[in-house]
Amino acid sequence: MSAEAGLLVVLADYGAGNMRSVCSAIRRAGAEPLVSVDAAEVARAPLAVIAGVGHVASTTRGLAAGGLDEALRERVAAGRPTLGICVGMQVLFEGSEEGGSGLGLLAGPVRRLRARRVPHMGWNTLRLGRPSALLAGLDGADAYFAHSYAAEPVDVEVAAATVEHDGTIVAAVEAGSLAGVQFHPERSGAAGALVLRNAIRWARAA
Amino acid sequence: MVKRRVIPCLDVAGGRVVKGVNFVGLRDVGEPIELATRYSELGADELVFLDITATVEARRPMLELIERSAEELTIPFTVGGGVTGLEDARSLLRAGADKVAVNRAAFEEPSMLTALADEFGAQAVVCAIDARVANGGYEVVTHGGRTPRGRDAVDWAREAVERGAGELLVTSIDADGTRAGYDLVLTAAVANAVGVPVIASGGAGHAAHMAEAYASGAEAALIASIVHERPERLPELKAELQELGWNVRI
Repeated sequence: MSAEAGLLVVLADYGAGNMRSVCSAIRRAGAEPLVSVDAAEVARAPLAVIAGVGHVASTTRGLAAGGLDEALRERVAAGRPTLGICVGMQVLFEGSEEGGSGLGLLAGPVRRLRARRVPHMGWNTLRLGRPSALLAGLDGADAYFAHSYAAEPVDVEVAAATVEHDGTIVAAVEAGSLAGVQFHPERSGAAGALVLRNAIRWARAA
Repeated sequence: MVKRRVIPCLDVAGGRVVKGVNFVGLRDVGEPIELATRYSELGADELVFLDITATVEARRPMLELIERSAEELTIPFTVGGGVTGLEDARSLLRAGADKVAVNRAAFEEPSMLTALADEFGAQAVVCAIDARVANGGYEVVTHGGRTPRGRDAVDWAREAVERGAGELLVTSIDADGTRAGYDLVLTAAVANAVGVPVIASGGAGHAAHMAEAYASGAEAALIASIVHERPERLPELKAELQELGWNVRI
């Protein structure tokens, strides 16, 4: 195995169902996905992914039930790269208007979108606010979104990219070893593949 | 702003993509994953797989198809056709479908929309509504249009969204297969009544029809026969839509 192959990417499995598409996209990006319920594996993997579906409340509950919430806190405190996808990004924040609280690793609420059409569904153009390891090469690229709620970071510097949908939505966050994307890289064609390759490079460099 | 979408719909029977008019004279047009991957490469924004046999014995190949699609596709896909209830929908989503389209079962048991939205989020729940012109309005029909249900389609659309549907797939049975354009009155009536994205379906013949659907408030246009005959038509349609001033993904 070369140094460039087989970075272990652990997906925190909190019982919410299907991770097939995310695993497959990670494999295509050149890393080795492992869906795990094991807190130690989640805490120590070179890169951990939270691929949330549904609601912040049920995701947080699912993570807590297996002790994966503490494992994620531990790895973030230790500066190990962690990536949240969709609801997995929202869960990094504090309370949600949908009910329930997140992990509180980043300051700010998760609020229901105020737009003519919710869910925000489909392809939208990423605007990078600042240089970002995760989103290098993606300014102006289209990514696929499917969500009704969005995080609103207190620290505007945390927002790495935004999109417009009757107002500005934070599309990606990056703060030290913690990152999140509101869109679905596994469903965003070539742009999504680049995000995952960037994430893997980012984890190797950490 | 979010881009307007172009969504090819693949009718699947017994693990193959088929094409026919009103379920008659089904013709094999290819292997689903191959065709889906081709559409994805040609710029489809999303795909819909419609299981048109939807019998118990056909379910296993459908689940295998979904599992493979989840692994191989890099764009989202919806699965629908004959979803009879919550367990059915759950198995399709667990297999890897990004969204599930429910039609008759949701009409007959609207609470399933709420149950699905609570478990998977509204963004995974598409309510498919088939309608046809009746008594100066639009009536919900089921069974491929053969069974009128005595309910106003716009009224049902409103309830489906209140119950939890995150998107509506609205098919005009009158326009379906005609290639004479979408039913724009139906599309506009539903799009004006709800605050979720509406996918217009039935009647697409060329790009101008899709542009009219967008102008009527549809976020997405479902297409079938115009691309099944010649998949290369897909990027041409998108270029034409862009030329007509629509914000589509090129």
